Amino acid sequence: MTPPPADAAALSSRSTRALLSGEGSRGGTLPGWAPWAAFVGALIFCGLVEAALGWFTIALMLVFGALVAVVAIYAWSRPVEGARRAKDRAITMGIAAAFGVSMAPLISLLYEVIKRGVKGISWEFFTSDARGVVGGGGAEHAIVGTLVITACAVVISVPIGLMAAIYMNEYGRGPLRRALTFFVDVMTGIPSIVAGLFAYALFEVFFGPGIQMGIMGSVALSVLMIPIVIRSAEEILKIVPNHLREASYALGTPKWKTIVKVVLPTAFAGLVTGVMLATARIIGETAPLLVTTGVVDSLNADPFAGRMQNLAVYAYNQYRSPGVMKQAAYDRAWAAALTLIVIVMILNVIARLVYRRYKTEIR
Amino acid sequence: MAHLDTTTNAGQLLAAASRGRRRRGDRIFGNAAVIAAVTILALLAGVAVFLVTEGFPALTASASELPGGDSFISYVAPLAFGSAMAGVLAMIVAVPLAVAVALFITHSAPPRVASFLGYLVDLLAAIPSIIYGLWGIFVLGPAAVPVMKWLEEKLGFLPIFEGPASITGRTMLVVGLVLAVMILPIVSAVAREVFAQTPRKLQEGAQALGATRWEMIRTTVLPFGRSSVISGAMLGLGRALGETMAVAIILSVSGGVTCILISQANPSTIAANIALNFPESSGLAINLLIATGLVLFAITLATNFLARLIIARAEVK
Repeated sequence: MTPPPADAAALSSRSTRALLSGEGSRGGTLPGWAPWAAFVGALIFCGLVEAALGWFTIALMLVFGALVAVVAIYAWSRPVEGARRAKDRAITMGIAAAFGVSMAPLISLLYEVIKRGVKGISWEFFTSDARGVVGGGGAEHAIVGTLVITACAVVISVPIGLMAAIYMNEYGRGPLRRALTFFVDVMTGIPSIVAGLFAYALFEVFFGPGIQMGIMGSVALSVLMIPIVIRSAEEILKIVPNHLREASYALGTPKWKTIVKVVLPTAFAGLVTGVMLATARIIGETAPLLVTTGVVDSLNADPFAGRMQNLAVYAYNQYRSPGVMKQAAYDRAWAAALTLIVIVMILNVIARLVYRRYKTEIR
Repeated sequence: MAHLDTTTNAGQLLAAASRGRRRRGDRIFGNAAVIAAVTILALLAGVAVFLVTEGFPALTASASELPGGDSFISYVAPLAFGSAMAGVLAMIVAVPLAVAVALFITHSAPPRVASFLGYLVDLLAAIPSIIYGLWGIFVLGPAAVPVMKWLEEKLGFLPIFEGPASITGRTMLVVGLVLAVMILPIVSAVAREVFAQTPRKLQEGAQALGATRWEMIRTTVLPFGRSSVISGAMLGLGRALGETMAVAIILSVSGGVTCILISQANPSTIAANIALNFPESSGLAINLLIATGLVLFAITLATNFLARLIIARAEVK
């Protein structure tokens, strides 16, 4: 089975269990490498059978291999260790296999995006827009649009989200706080397309039908981003120890200054990390931007005037209306997808590095 | 909590006792915090209000005025059916997997790598939905074609696997699988949290009585986490119902209501229908789409509301 847990309590409970349950009802034990042997054996078996049948694929081999391994370890363990231990082994194997199955899409997806994305990546992709070009051009306008729209969303979301989190953690009590906690949770479940429709409806009331601007997209993204910011900020503020606040009050510092000079700096790294992860979450949103910022081929960096392209919608449109040179358009769609994934991953990694490097040691 | 309250009170007393300038600073900052809090609630209410305002013309229009010439109900019903079908399918696939993944991370994997494995699962949630869509139509769909053909041949007597099987892979089954991958991290995050909180004493007690690891999990961890897993599943369902781009890209849509998972003809979903039609719509058609968005909002809100209620109840206990 798996290596023994590190901590002593678990270790002792493990050995106690071994003592009490003996070596299973049939008296024997399988060697430590048995699960691995069963798994590898099952893989090889399935690979050979599939090769013989002539429909060999790695995915099928892994899926069937996992199933066969579960059966194999049960059949192997049952005569040696008894029914209960055999069932335990089979389910442990099944759980591990389920984890493997869940990871398969991630691996396949990253592999395909990189493999197909690099074909469309070129200098032109990053440095030119698609104005007046038939079936070609770059995605500079989409990249700029993504950055501008996301930046505006961050500018809207962070102050509101942060202040609301401060309210919930430092000031809030009674019904307003309870309502806020509950509805922030509910808000995290708003579908992204509904956020887009909200932004459209909001601006249509004021500017008339057919309005499309970059800032509308930012408003839509803010609806999605604010609850994420609040959630993470609240978690971080919660772990700022009370004795810091008390020490500050004891020196006669007013509450707002305590929050600004003591609480926030202590939580700073965590807050930055939370905001970056929230940004990574919304930067790839497509649906709300599809209905708010529209589609355009030329560069527009002004969120308050006219339509604005962005990477996700760009990828969608390259796929949806590829024009004459289909493959080139698909390549550009994948290149945009790759660019997006790289941005998301960079944000994720930096966020984690920031947290690891700058977090305040709280005792 | 009591501890925190005394602190706050002490702080307020001190602040109140100090000079007026300081009190003003406190008042401004405190008010700003309250305003932000109220803004959030107003925002949520605003979503409902503006959707109702803009959807209202379509809700009250007669059938002949609406594009397509159907009444609102008969327009939205097949879409709602499609959403429900895709969501339920995703849940059936994702929930058992997510529970297994959570168990693996909390109880089976070596503790040293467990948090890294958790990070890997969370990465699934970080990938933009447009990329899931492209992956679904270019990779998973074609890969699923032979499987669906096999299902048609061997299990075609079941109504859900009736032929003819799609040759492009743009089917409800593929959509359900992609959605399952997308909601898996949400469900498993909730499950992971509660499984890790299972009281150590219960687990060790079970093992001391001679339970194998699985018996320990079945008698302590799973009952302890049951209500949270249910609510996690509902959060996932809410996410699947509202998922737009992946469905819009993958699913081949033909209007009618069918339960067949593997054919070329599928009902669309509310969210995907909006994304597909909004860019080319104007006038009352826009109002109609916003009204369907309102329906989707109500459905997901109800799902989330219920899920959060279950979590809140479980936490009180």
